[in-house]
Amino acid sequence: MAVEPEHWRTPSRRLLLLRRWEVAVPAVVVAAVVALVGNGSGWALGLALVPLLAGAIVWGVVGRRYASWGYAERDDDLLVRRGVLFARLSVVPYGRMQFIDVAAGPLERAFGLATVHLHTAAAATDARIPGLEREEAGRLRDRLAELGEAQAAGL
Amino acid sequence: MTPGRSDGWHRLHPLSPVVRGGRGTIAIAILLLPIVFSGGRISDAVPQVAIIAVLALGGFVSWLVTRWRIEDDDLRIETGLLRRQSLRFPLAQVQAIDVVRPGLARMFRVAELRLRMAGASGATARLAYVGEREVDPLRDRLLALARGARVHDGIPAGEAEVEQPPERVLAVVATGPLVASILLERGWLILILAGLLSGFVVSPKTAAAVIGGGGFVWAISIVTVLWRRFNQQYHLTVAEGAEGLHLRGGLVALTAEVIRPGRVQAVRLVEPFLWRPLGWCRLEADLAGRQRRKGEGEAERGQLRTLLPVGQRALAYELIDRLVPDRPRELSPPPRRVRWKSPLRYRVLRWGRSDSVVATVSGRLRRVTCWVPLEKAQSLRHVQGPVQRRLRLASVHVDTAGKGVHATLRDRDAGEAAQALAALTDLARAARRRAAAA
Repeated sequence: MAVEPEHWRTPSRRLLLLRRWEVAVPAVVVAAVVALVGNGSGWALGLALVPLLAGAIVWGVVGRRYASWGYAERDDDLLVRRGVLFARLSVVPYGRMQFIDVAAGPLERAFGLATVHLHTAAAATDARIPGLEREEAGRLRDRLAELGEAQAAGL
Repeated sequence: MTPGRSDGWHRLHPLSPVVRGGRGTIAIAILLLPIVFSGGRISDAVPQVAIIAVLALGGFVSWLVTRWRIEDDDLRIETGLLRRQSLRFPLAQVQAIDVVRPGLARMFRVAELRLRMAGASGATARLAYVGEREVDPLRDRLLALARGARVHDGIPAGEAEVEQPPERVLAVVATGPLVASILLERGWLILILAGLLSGFVVSPKTAAAVIGGGGFVWAISIVTVLWRRFNQQYHLTVAEGAEGLHLRGGLVALTAEVIRPGRVQAVRLVEPFLWRPLGWCRLEADLAGRQRRKGEGEAERGQLRTLLPVGQRALAYELIDRLVPDRPRELSPPPRRVRWKSPLRYRVLRWGRSDSVVATVSGRLRRVTCWVPLEKAQSLRHVQGPVQRRLRLASVHVDTAGKGVHATLRDRDAGEAAQALAALTDLARAARRRAAAA
């Protein structure tokens, strides 16, 4: 799909931070618990390295996954790309959007983020943009709704 | 209840609760039998009589509080005693009107009208039940109103008489091939059933244990599945009429419906493995509108309409040409290296496009060919998995509003897939514009 690289927008950097927190906190907690249960003995400290190591690997994966997210608003449709292992690129014409929902879980809220989800009449449509800063999410929602209304097509 | 008036409220047929009760009614009859035969002492059977009285009262009240009327371009149905519900169905969004006659309804000479609606809500307006004689005029009138509402010049309600050009029968499904086709496609079910039955013959004792352990339930459900399909598709007749393709059929429950070409989201041709030597195929159409209501049959939930339960390819293509004109004639195979990724599918995979239709072929043992009119495409997806990346392949999905049909350009050369995505995006946009202008 021909899109100039500068037209691609990416989720907020804070999404990356949030995802890394989601990895780092459990890894450190599990490691600490293992170390404490073992009373700081050698084997317990060794065992505690396992969650830390796993956390480090996932940390790297999270970075790549974050980098894969992107969206671009074109004249007639919205492009959403995502995925490292399975690279997906969705093309959703504005006229086909039925509704747009903006959701934010407790963690996302704490980071001031929101997820914009586009729905069409097709259940298979998979257009979701996570980790948008709240103002950007609101802007995108309003713009998509406006464009959707202007170009709405019947079934 | 005269369907000629357009202002007044109408009630459903007084026998509706009896028919709607369906199995419940039969159960009540069974409940009553011992009382009648044991000499009719009502005092012996107070609980039964009380239950029946409550059920009968409930049915009567539900009938009493339900009424419907046609208001301008809407069908309004009001129902509910405690929670009053007023439903408004814009006739402009009517996809199709089905006439359904379950067994009990045929006994009482009533029929149900089902208006399948388009749109996100995808609800179904049900008029259950209407007297048998009123059904056809009412359906014609609703169809005419729907067409009028669509054209926006509002056909007056008085002109209910639509001139009906004689319909041309295109296909009638014969019983023999239908039975054979079900047996061939569901062969494994038959095998299980035969196993259960033969077990019963060989050693009744073991079989009794199996029956206790759920074998009986299995057998019953297998028979139900097979029977339901046979019942729905028995003597299915496809005819070409004024509004589109007319479908009629059914053994115990008769259904009749009209499929307008403009409402078809996708069409698919299914060729199960064991059918292919015979050159048989099944044609199904996906219509928009989602049905998630309770109490509706299998056919309504699936939304995939079987147009031709079993038939020769030539006949199926004749029907396809009516539903998706301008279908692509040439389909191209995938690159040879796809053999490594999808060895079974490799020989089958194809795709092609015309200016307004995309066609794909897929399937391992069972071959499925899909046609999607591009104006109906909801979104496009380009997907590349790890194996595909290694082999420089990618897939493009064409998402439609229907449920059962998936048009996927599976395992194409990565460059071709990217081109196809761009081309289909442009073609779909052009097709939507054409449809909006028309």
